[in-house]
Amino acid sequence: MEKITDYIVPLLLLGCSAWALRKKENTYEQLLQGGQEGLKLVISLIPTLVMLLTAVTMLRASGAMELIGSFLAPAFRFFGIPEETALLVLIRPISGSAALAVGTELMAEHGVNSLVGRTAAVMLGSTETTFYTISVYFGAAGIKKTRYTLPAALIADFTGFFIASLTVRLFF
Amino acid sequence: MLMSYIWTAMIALSLLAAVVTGRGGELASAVSQGAQAGITLVISLAGSICLWTGVGRLMEKAGVTGALSRLLKPLLGRLFPSSRQDPQLAGSLSANVCANFLGLGNAATPMGIQAAQRLARRSRDGIATDELCRLIVLNTASIQLIPATVAAVRSSLGCSSPFDILPAVWVTSLCSAGLGVTAAWIIGKLWKK
Repeated sequence: MEKITDYIVPLLLLGCSAWALRKKENTYEQLLQGGQEGLKLVISLIPTLVMLLTAVTMLRASGAMELIGSFLAPAFRFFGIPEETALLVLIRPISGSAALAVGTELMAEHGVNSLVGRTAAVMLGSTETTFYTISVYFGAAGIKKTRYTLPAALIADFTGFFIASLTVRLFF
Repeated sequence: MLMSYIWTAMIALSLLAAVVTGRGGELASAVSQGAQAGITLVISLAGSICLWTGVGRLMEKAGVTGALSRLLKPLLGRLFPSSRQDPQLAGSLSANVCANFLGLGNAATPMGIQAAQRLARRSRDGIATDELCRLIVLNTASIQLIPATVAAVRSSLGCSSPFDILPAVWVTSLCSAGLGVTAAWIIGKLWKK
């Protein structure tokens, strides 16, 4: 598995640049301009991640994270989701940067190649900030009655958490 | 506003837990450690975010997004029947899905909002239609080709093959999108209008 996945990203980079060149785009210039936008995004991330990692590190150091984990452990064990990811699962639908902070903490604490670390990474990569999406899209479209959107979206989120734990167990 | 409550709750919870477990010393040192970790994380992410937004812009300009959206047209026509008579809606829908797929969060949101606004014209009294619900579910399930941020975090923590999670991420997001849309469809049948 590792051998194949090692080549996906380099191949994608080559494919994009070659395609853009064939379309007579100034490939390098576009990369630089995009990179400029990316750096602006990075700077806007600094305050959020500093505040949230402070709070998350405090949760970890005080033992609150273990308390939340042990509180939810029976339900998590039933679905085969590692109970260490409890806080990540709770916060993922609400705030993207908080989830990134919690996930990073989990990967650092348990190791990037551990079951918990990998599950946290897959969860982060395959789910979205549900509440944010609903409020932004429906706010802009002037929708006040969301009907069954939230339950359906949360079902999708939960499936993501469950399948993430399952695939990590199966693939690694 | 929501984040203010969450942040305060996180601090209050840690304080409470520290009193119970008697870890006041660890809690105090965690404050400055956490702030430091925040900066370290941003710096370790900066390179990847810079690279991938560059690649994202390149893909958009080179027409990768356009080619993908032609591939998606039949599927989107099924999920959003009104996009068949409304080419502009079909356009913003497929641009939204493709931008999400390529990890261009900044491009995905405006396109998704455009699609939501056009879909909302068909609704009455600000009540979400079935298609609007489906659009949200599709967006919250996030089908992503390259989860660049997560991979950057992994490599910053010393992982030698940060992208080995790709197959797991793809399977997971396809399942959650599939089941989310199915759930929306079933609940939509049962829900009274």
